[in-house]
Amino acid sequence: MTSADDLSTILSSGMRLTAPLAFAACGEYLAHRAGAINISVEGMMLGAAFGSVAAASVTGSATTGLVAGALVGLLIAMIHGNLVHRAHINTFVVGLVLNALVLGLTTFLIAINTFASHQVSKIEIPLLSDLPLIGEALFTGRWPMYLLLLFIPLTWWLVERSRWGLELRAVGEDPIAADLTGIEVNKRRRQALMWCGLLAGLGGAYLAVGEVGSFNQNMTDGRGYIVIAAVIFGGWRLGRTILGCILFGLADAMRLALPAMGLTLDSNLLIATPYLLAILVMLMFASSKREPRSLGQPFQRTI
Amino acid sequence: MDASKNLAEHGSADPNRRRELLAGLKPSRSTALITLVTAASVLLALALSLGLIAWTGGSAWESVKALYTGSMASKAAWSSTLLYVAPLLLVAIGSCVSMRGGVFNIGQEGQVLIGALAGSWVALRLALPGMSLMIATLVAATVAGALWAGLSSLMYRLRGVNIVVSTLLMTFIAIQVVGFAVSKDWWLQASRIGDSVVESQSNQLPADAQVGSFGEYPNIQINGGLIIAVLLAIGIAVLVSRSRWGLQLKMMGLSPIAAKHAGVKTGRLSAVALGISGATAGLAGAILVTSPVSTNRLQPGVSNGIGWDGLLIVLVARFNPLVAIPVALLFGVLRAGGGFLASTGVPSSLVDVMKALLVLAFVVPPAVVQLAQQRRKRVKTPRTKTPVIKNPTPEGAVA
Repeated sequence: MTSADDLSTILSSGMRLTAPLAFAACGEYLAHRAGAINISVEGMMLGAAFGSVAAASVTGSATTGLVAGALVGLLIAMIHGNLVHRAHINTFVVGLVLNALVLGLTTFLIAINTFASHQVSKIEIPLLSDLPLIGEALFTGRWPMYLLLLFIPLTWWLVERSRWGLELRAVGEDPIAADLTGIEVNKRRRQALMWCGLLAGLGGAYLAVGEVGSFNQNMTDGRGYIVIAAVIFGGWRLGRTILGCILFGLADAMRLALPAMGLTLDSNLLIATPYLLAILVMLMFASSKREPRSLGQPFQRTI
Repeated sequence: MDASKNLAEHGSADPNRRRELLAGLKPSRSTALITLVTAASVLLALALSLGLIAWTGGSAWESVKALYTGSMASKAAWSSTLLYVAPLLLVAIGSCVSMRGGVFNIGQEGQVLIGALAGSWVALRLALPGMSLMIATLVAATVAGALWAGLSSLMYRLRGVNIVVSTLLMTFIAIQVVGFAVSKDWWLQASRIGDSVVESQSNQLPADAQVGSFGEYPNIQINGGLIIAVLLAIGIAVLVSRSRWGLQLKMMGLSPIAAKHAGVKTGRLSAVALGISGATAGLAGAILVTSPVSTNRLQPGVSNGIGWDGLLIVLVARFNPLVAIPVALLFGVLRAGGGFLASTGVPSSLVDVMKALLVLAFVVPPAVVQLAQQRRKRVKTPRTKTPVIKNPTPEGAVA
């Protein structure tokens, strides 16, 4: 193997590890802009991964599995949204419990069920996939990966250009002022969470029926938290958030590839990289006023 | 004294006012309602968990029996349950303190690990005589846990980094730090015996460093860790409910701005609260590696979700350290019983589902009852009607 081959392998496996993060990060980014921080994105991804494999096994179609996964994510998001932005329970409390519940439930269910393996098909774009280095990474992949080309611009458009997104951002910056102008703050936040759940579900499902083809216990393994780290790393800007996802995906790919290449870079260090980077970035840019001002603060009318 | 005098004065002035004041002291209807709904939800949670077993083809009764056998049926089972209770309770009481102050620390899992790491390092690398080694181990772990949590405080003070997010992210760093420590022979990895493959774990901690137990095998063994945990729980309960410091903490939790205006140094107080939470979590880590619950070695998985469970206990106990004792016992029972569950063909992860459902059953009802009451109030009093102010007070004018 030449070093160019190695690099190409790392790049392509990095892309495949980036995609689930990028889907979920689009959703989490939108929720953050509405001020709705939610750590249950981990549970959404994990639940969706399980749901997609179960649905794919029952119906025999990986595509159905993908849709089912997104719906599981949506369901968890709706539970989270109603508990936090209707019943006003602390978002971190709800997130913790939901994550614990989903982890327990999926571990339980996978232990007593066996599912047939289904995987969505691969597409290879002619000519472009023969490009050196990036050809394999960008132009061959499971087809849902290319949904990112739809969802990233769509999320950007929703947040930055639509009326709904304007209201979301108003809610995220100053819920009291938004409320006074007649925006239903908690409703907007619940809607933002639904988008988040749909995309986090898609990310989890992509991981399961897209890349792996089966479900393992705790298969997301903290990826939801990495997604939050990516949004913070990106300074609540979509482009940089996706860049963060690519960076963290590549770090993950290096961890898997380096031992085979005979290089010794500490794997513990590599796993810790996303978290370290997120903390470093928070230290550098926390006071840059980029953070939505009401992030994580509940809104309740006092009168 | 002052309060009762005030009450009497108000009473003599206006009987209606007095009734209003007393109404605040009586357990309200909503408290009774919340209790009722909570009880119903707990039953529902249990029914759902048992239903899950039945749905998957297992026998619910056999599973309950297995849970009982593994945790309470014999004295040996009780001993193993109590071994889990000690670290769970330690994590929980520290979290009670921080949560009461409105400081949301969710990095206990990492603080437990860092405590275990520091404790193991002291126990393995420092040659202290007799009891002093054990004490040094526990103290080192406590301090390390507090410092690890303190890093989050520091980041908040220096750059305004969100405490919840930073404690969460620090957990994942802590996991890797421990993994790093036990895979490097110059740090804490087990020494090689002959040509054997060295696993990623530390050497066994010396006997001097281990926390002793009271009681011999046929009887219930009570580990020293449990005694420390219960004493600390009582101490902290007194501190938070009976001291001026505890009142300040509660004030800060209810309204940081009001507390600041009342002269509470909120910055320092929240740092201390977070530090205490980290300290008890660190101590729990030391108890884990020095008591028979683990193999007396530092391993990357030594915390085994104790930190997360401790956090769930606090939510069930509603931030009360004394209530945390029975709840920690319940979680210990579920942990010890969960190991036995697998023998009946039901995966032990059912216990995790039960725990999560139980927490939901305690967390959701108060919020839902409150929501329902708000709705009813809104229907009763149309928004257009202006309230009639009977006794205009300065407070009323401000509002």
